[in-house]
Amino acid sequence: MTETSEPAPAGERPVLTNKERMTIERHLMPEQAPDIRVTNFDEVNLGFTELLAIAEAERCINCPNADSLCVAGCPVNVNIPRFVTLVREGNIQAAAEALMDDNALPCVTGRVCPQETQCEGLCVRGKKGRPVAIGYIERYVADWAMNHRDQLPMSSKASSGKRVAIVGSGPAGLTAAGELVKSGHDVTIFEAFHAPGGVLVYGIPEFRLPKDIVQKEVDRLVAEGVHVEVNAIIGRTWTLHELRGMYDAIFVAVGAGLPVFMNVPGENFKGVYSANEYLTRANLMGAFRDDSDTPILHRKRVAVVGGGNVAMDAVRTAHRLGAAEAIIVYRRGPDELPARREEVHHAEQEGIRFEYLTAPIEVVGDEHGWVKGLKCVRMELGEPDESGRRRPVKVPDSEFMLDCEMVIVAIGTRANPLLTASEPDLAVNEWGYMVVDENGMTSVPGVFAGGDIVRGAATVILAMGDGKRAAAAIDRYLGVAAASAA
Amino acid sequence: MHPIVARQQLSPNVTRFVVEAQRIAQIRQPGQFVIVHADQGSERIPLTIADADPVAGTITLIIQAVGKSTEDLVALGVGDAIRDIAGPLGRATELLETGHAVCVGGGVGTAVVLPIAQGLRERGVSVTSVIGGRSREWVILEEELRENGDVVVCTDDGSYGKPGFVTQALEEVLASEKVDTVYAVGPVPMMRAVVALTKPLGVPTVVSLNPIMVDGTGMCGGCRVSVGGKTMYACVDGPEFDGLQVDFAELSDRLSTYRDFEQAALEQRHCAVGVAS
Repeated sequence: MTETSEPAPAGERPVLTNKERMTIERHLMPEQAPDIRVTNFDEVNLGFTELLAIAEAERCINCPNADSLCVAGCPVNVNIPRFVTLVREGNIQAAAEALMDDNALPCVTGRVCPQETQCEGLCVRGKKGRPVAIGYIERYVADWAMNHRDQLPMSSKASSGKRVAIVGSGPAGLTAAGELVKSGHDVTIFEAFHAPGGVLVYGIPEFRLPKDIVQKEVDRLVAEGVHVEVNAIIGRTWTLHELRGMYDAIFVAVGAGLPVFMNVPGENFKGVYSANEYLTRANLMGAFRDDSDTPILHRKRVAVVGGGNVAMDAVRTAHRLGAAEAIIVYRRGPDELPARREEVHHAEQEGIRFEYLTAPIEVVGDEHGWVKGLKCVRMELGEPDESGRRRPVKVPDSEFMLDCEMVIVAIGTRANPLLTASEPDLAVNEWGYMVVDENGMTSVPGVFAGGDIVRGAATVILAMGDGKRAAAAIDRYLGVAAASAA
Repeated sequence: MHPIVARQQLSPNVTRFVVEAQRIAQIRQPGQFVIVHADQGSERIPLTIADADPVAGTITLIIQAVGKSTEDLVALGVGDAIRDIAGPLGRATELLETGHAVCVGGGVGTAVVLPIAQGLRERGVSVTSVIGGRSREWVILEEELRENGDVVVCTDDGSYGKPGFVTQALEEVLASEKVDTVYAVGPVPMMRAVVALTKPLGVPTVVSLNPIMVDGTGMCGGCRVSVGGKTMYACVDGPEFDGLQVDFAELSDRLSTYRDFEQAALEQRHCAVGVAS
């Protein structure tokens, strides 16, 4: 990887044949070396240079039969060939405009999307070799856009005279806000915490998604006219019903914020955290920094229960906070890990230990109430369950003790009833998730919902897709509502 | 931002602030709390809303300086502002409708008892407050509570009111009067001792718990307490619980989670500001 020269202007570079494109190997993401990065919280991936982005874009063969599989793999249907082709042509500004047209938070998705199961998973080049690094190119273009905001057109439309409230400032809420303000609505986002961003701020660590990037995304929305009310807990500070009286439409995107515990003995010993609490302390409250007043436990041996992105985030945070042994305890095998492949890879590089086919049955404490171990059993994979994954079953007489001084439970989250319980008319299903129609509208007219509070814990990009669809539906609803009122 | 409009020292380590928080002032109910985040880098700390003036748009917070975060907070003065106040959080107190209630307040817990006593009084419930402190200068809110019923004051050293702990005074009240409910708020050992008295008598006892908390909306689970063998979150299921069912030993133990951190932070603060520790 030599990056000594500026990329040649597109016109001066030869146009490659597809055969030539097929010979180019996928470019690696420059990253902090594992032994260095475990000593800091700086971003692991350093990002493509323009040269690398263009070189990687040259690998795209523009799918001759024009079915652009990558677009079908994207939950928000970003027109990937369009921006990749513009990058290839060296027209980063046009690529940025094209990308921003389709994706409200490309700096975020370029970093946290599970590309291997989406766009890149369907990329035709992946059938023979490795797919085009769409996520890395996206991140390059998005970061360029963020750093050259003044060169991009600011969309502004005449005021519609309609007021829309958005509850929650995570990926669904921010996306919807961006779309709705573009349509000329007066948009206010309500956030329960003291800083906007939702899971992007409290959940995803700095080393994967720097917080100043989220802040810049929010700043852009504010510059476009979006209002942000922090410390506003809907269901407490205001009820949904009160908001309904103040706004023409509402989009509820409060996430699935309630932690799930293992329900095994010993979970209230000191040193047992929900991943929500551990990551909120580290990320939102900045407890990894010396100048933060928020405490967080530092322990030498830390067990993290779970195999998703949240578990990877927690275990890598614990390792950075001094856990010489940071251990993932997962009841299935490596092939079943739900986490993004890159996160697992990075965790392995960093020396995280993986205890597969292992399930905790008890947290064991010492005489002072501190965690001293996690009693586990070994599992084996049986018949596939309803999710299609093979169901783990206990191996008889396989109990053993995993020594650790801290346990972080990262086995999922569920719906927080704080908002829904304050609004009896709002239909929820048996698990407390909000019920919506094909337009994303709840049982209360004018109140829409999306993201994890509807679908259960899922990904950033699916939440953004919901935000985008809800914004379109709210547009239609406000048009209809306006027409019938006239 | 929430400007501080009044500040008063109630005892050597307890300070009363009146701060602007319009919306919360209008809708808060007795028993509810707010999360205060003094500034960037500060901790989020739960504080009971001791009183509110819906017309002026202010709430009263009573803060006991026990650690770095609370010492930083009480170092603020009139004209300063608190960056973030979120709430009102938690469930409102389930107030007795008629009869006789005893409100027991230990130390800064007295500040939590005050709005309960006011709420009871408004309903026409007869209120006896039993409050205490180490010595006379540590007794707070006696006058305010007197506006809402009888007050029995105790001091550990006998320098004011009855000598001894609030539990001894409560025992006398329980022996001589019919009591329908006891509301007890204070240090965990005090609440535990109150329950030890009321449980054998079968007197319903409500306690307000203040465990470790981050968000105050049910999201972190840090405030989990065992009540009747079930795990509850103090921030959304409480902060008030049936005292006869609370596992105080576990609560007390969990409260010590960050003791080392708190000790170090406090020593560092004292070095920085030159306070002899």
